Amino acid sequence: MTTFFSDFPPAFVLILGAILVPFLPKKIRSYYVIALPALAFVNVYFLQLDGNTKWNLDAFLWLTNGEALELLRTESPGAENPEAGYKLAKAFGYIFCLNAVIAFIFAFYVKKSTQHVAALIYIGGALGVAFAGDLLTLYVFWELMAVSSTFVILARNTEKAKRSAFRYTMIHLFGGLLLLAGIVLTIQSRGSIQFDGFDFATEQSAGTWLILLGILVNAAVPPFAAWLPDSYPEASVTGGLILSAYTTKTAVYTLLQGYAGWEPLIWIGCIMSVYGIIYALLENDMRRILAYSIINQVGFMVCAAGIGSPDAISGATAHAFCHIIYKSLLWMAAGAVLYRVGKSKCTELGGLYKTMPLTLIFGTIGALAISAVPGTSGFTSKTIIIHAAEHEAAHGHASLWWAWLILEAASAGVFLHAGIKFPYFVFFNKDQGLRPKEAPGTMLTAMAILSFLCIYLGVNPQPLYDILPFEVNYNAYTAGHVITQIQLLMLSALVFFLFLPMLKRTSTISLDFDWFYRKGAPLFYKVTDKSLNSVNAATRKGIVDGLIPRLSSFFASAPSRILSWLATPVWLAQGLNSAEREKRREQLFERGQSGAFPIGITAILAVVLLGVLYVFSWFTR
Amino acid sequence: MENGDDKGPREFDWFDRPKSRKLLWRILIAACLISFLVEIPVLISHDRHAAAPIDFGKFNIPGFYAVLGFVACTLMILVAKGLGIFLKRKENYYGEPEEETLPEDIDDDVLL
Repeated sequence: MTTFFSDFPPAFVLILGAILVPFLPKKIRSYYVIALPALAFVNVYFLQLDGNTKWNLDAFLWLTNGEALELLRTESPGAENPEAGYKLAKAFGYIFCLNAVIAFIFAFYVKKSTQHVAALIYIGGALGVAFAGDLLTLYVFWELMAVSSTFVILARNTEKAKRSAFRYTMIHLFGGLLLLAGIVLTIQSRGSIQFDGFDFATEQSAGTWLILLGILVNAAVPPFAAWLPDSYPEASVTGGLILSAYTTKTAVYTLLQGYAGWEPLIWIGCIMSVYGIIYALLENDMRRILAYSIINQVGFMVCAAGIGSPDAISGATAHAFCHIIYKSLLWMAAGAVLYRVGKSKCTELGGLYKTMPLTLIFGTIGALAISAVPGTSGFTSKTIIIHAAEHEAAHGHASLWWAWLILEAASAGVFLHAGIKFPYFVFFNKDQGLRPKEAPGTMLTAMAILSFLCIYLGVNPQPLYDILPFEVNYNAYTAGHVITQIQLLMLSALVFFLFLPMLKRTSTISLDFDWFYRKGAPLFYKVTDKSLNSVNAATRKGIVDGLIPRLSSFFASAPSRILSWLATPVWLAQGLNSAEREKRREQLFERGQSGAFPIGITAILAVVLLGVLYVFSWFTR
Repeated sequence: MENGDDKGPREFDWFDRPKSRKLLWRILIAACLISFLVEIPVLISHDRHAAAPIDFGKFNIPGFYAVLGFVACTLMILVAKGLGIFLKRKENYYGEPEEETLPEDIDDDVLL
C-alpha cells in the first residue's frame, strides 16, 4: 500500500474513482465519495521524493523535445531549498483532499451523481496541477479543472446557472488560451518544459507574462475577477462549497511555485484585498458576500507571492490551508441557511439565531477565523504574511510599508464584511419571521469538524507549520501581536455598529467588470449594428437599388436610343409619318433588348462604326 | 462576533430586546477601551513585537492599531457607500430570469 502510493499521482485516485460514481447505488455512493478523497489524502501522505520515475511519461517525447512529462513533481536539485517546491505541492495536496472529505460529508444527501462526478474530476484536476512537474501536465490538469467546474455549476440546473456557466466558460477559455500561449513561448525560449520558479530579474518575457496573466484570471484578479461572484453563487449549495476551495487556490499555488518575488503581485494582491471588501460591503446576497471575500483573502496570498521571501511563501501556504477550512465552513453555514430557508439575500434573511443556533455557532467560528481573531486559525496563518511584509519593509524595501498598511487595513475590513456583516445580517438583524429547522445532521457534522480545525490550528499551529515549504520562526502569540490585533478588530466592530444605518442592505446588485461582457458587449453589438448596418442600408439604397438598375437600363436601352436617334432622319427622308416612325422605333427597341438585329443591319452598323472610328482616328492623329 | 452570541443562544429572543442590545453596546465599548489600556504596559516594556527582530520605532504609538482599524473601516464604508451610488442597480438589471432560490439537488425536506 505505502509503496504503491509512494509514486502514484493522487489526481488519478479521484479522476479514475469518479468514473464509478454513477454506477453505485445512492446509499453506497455517499460513503464512496467521502472515502475517495480520504484515500487521496493517504496517497499524498505517502508520496516520496525519489519514487517518481514511473510517472514520468515518455510517450510524448516528440512533443516535449525529449523530456518526460512529470506527473509528480520531484525535488529540484539545483535550488537553494531543493525540497521547498515539493513540500509546497504536498501542503496544497493535503488541504485539497481534506477539504474534499468534509465537503462530501456535508453533501451526504445530494442525490444527483453528475455533480459528484464533476466535483471529483475537478478536485482531481486541482491535485494534478499541484503535483505537476512540467508546464504541459500543468496545462492539461488546468483545463480539466475548467471543464469539470463548469459542469459543477451546470449541475444546479437552473436557467441562471446555465447562463452563468456560459460566461464562466468563456472567461476560463480566455485564461486557458493565455496560459497555453505563454507555455508554448516559454518552452521555446527556455528549451525545457520544466515548471520551476521563474526569476523576476532574468526571466521576464512575453511567455512568462502570458502564463502569469492566465494564472491571474483563475486567481480572480480584477478586472478578471467578476466570474467568481457571478458563477459560484449560482451553483448549488454543495457545488458552491466545492468550487470555493479549488480554482483560486490552485492559482495561488502556481503563483507561489512559479512567480515568487514578482513585485507587481504585491500591488495586485493589495488591490484585490481592498476590492473584495468594497464589493462585499455593497453586496446583498450572502453567498456573493462570501465570493467577494474569497477575492479579498486571495489578495493576501497573491501579495505574499509577490513579496516572495521564505516567510511570505510559507505564510501564504499556511493562509491558503486555513482559508480553505474557514471559507468552506462559511459556505457551509450559508449553504445550510439557503437549504433550510430557500433564500440567500440579506434583505430577506434575519433572526435565524432562534432556530438555527448550531449553524450560527459554527458559522460564527468561521467568521472569527477569517477575521484572524486570536485563538483561531486565521490569526496563526494570515499574520505570517503581514509579519513577512513588515520584515521586508524594515529591511530595505521601504515601499512595502504601504503594502503592509494596506494589508492591516484589509484585515480590519475582513472583520467588517465577513466577520460581522455575514453573521449579523443572516442570523440577527431584523426578525423576518423565519423559523427554519436546524441544519441536517450531516451538515452539522461537517461544520463541526471544520470548526474544530479552525480552533485547533489557531491554538496549536505547529502541525501546520511543520508541513510548510520553508521553516517559519514565527510566534503569533506574543503580547504585542495579540493586543494590536484585538485593538484593530474591536475598533472595526465599533465602526460596523456605528455605521450600521449606512450598511442597511438594499435589494440591489452592484456593477462589476462583468458589465463589460454582460451589458457592454450587447451594447457594442447594438452600436456597431446601428452604425455599420446603416452604412450598409444606405449603400444598398444608393448603389444596389439606385445606381445599378439605372446603369443597367442605360446600357440596355442606350444602343436602341442612339440607333433610333440616328435612324429618325432616314425615316423622315423616307417620308414616314409619325405613327409609322413610332412603330419602327418600338421594333428597334425590341430588337435592342433581345440583341437580335438582322445580319444586314449589323453589317451596316459595323461598317458605320468603322467609318466613325476611321474619321475619329484621322482627326486625332 | 464579540457581542456575546456564544452565550449559547436558545430558542429565545434575547438579541431582539432593546435592553440586551444596550448591554452589548456597553460590552463593545468596554472591550475597545480595555484593548487600548492593556497596550500601555506592553508598550512600556517594549515587548510589543517581541517575536519580530525589528525596531518598530515609528509605530510604537499607543492605540496605533485602534486608530488604523477605525480609520480604515470608516474609509472603506464611505468609499463603498460612495461607489454604491454609481454601481448599484436593480436586481433584474441584467434581465436574468427570476427563479426560486431553492436548491434542487438535495432530496430532503426543503422548507418553504
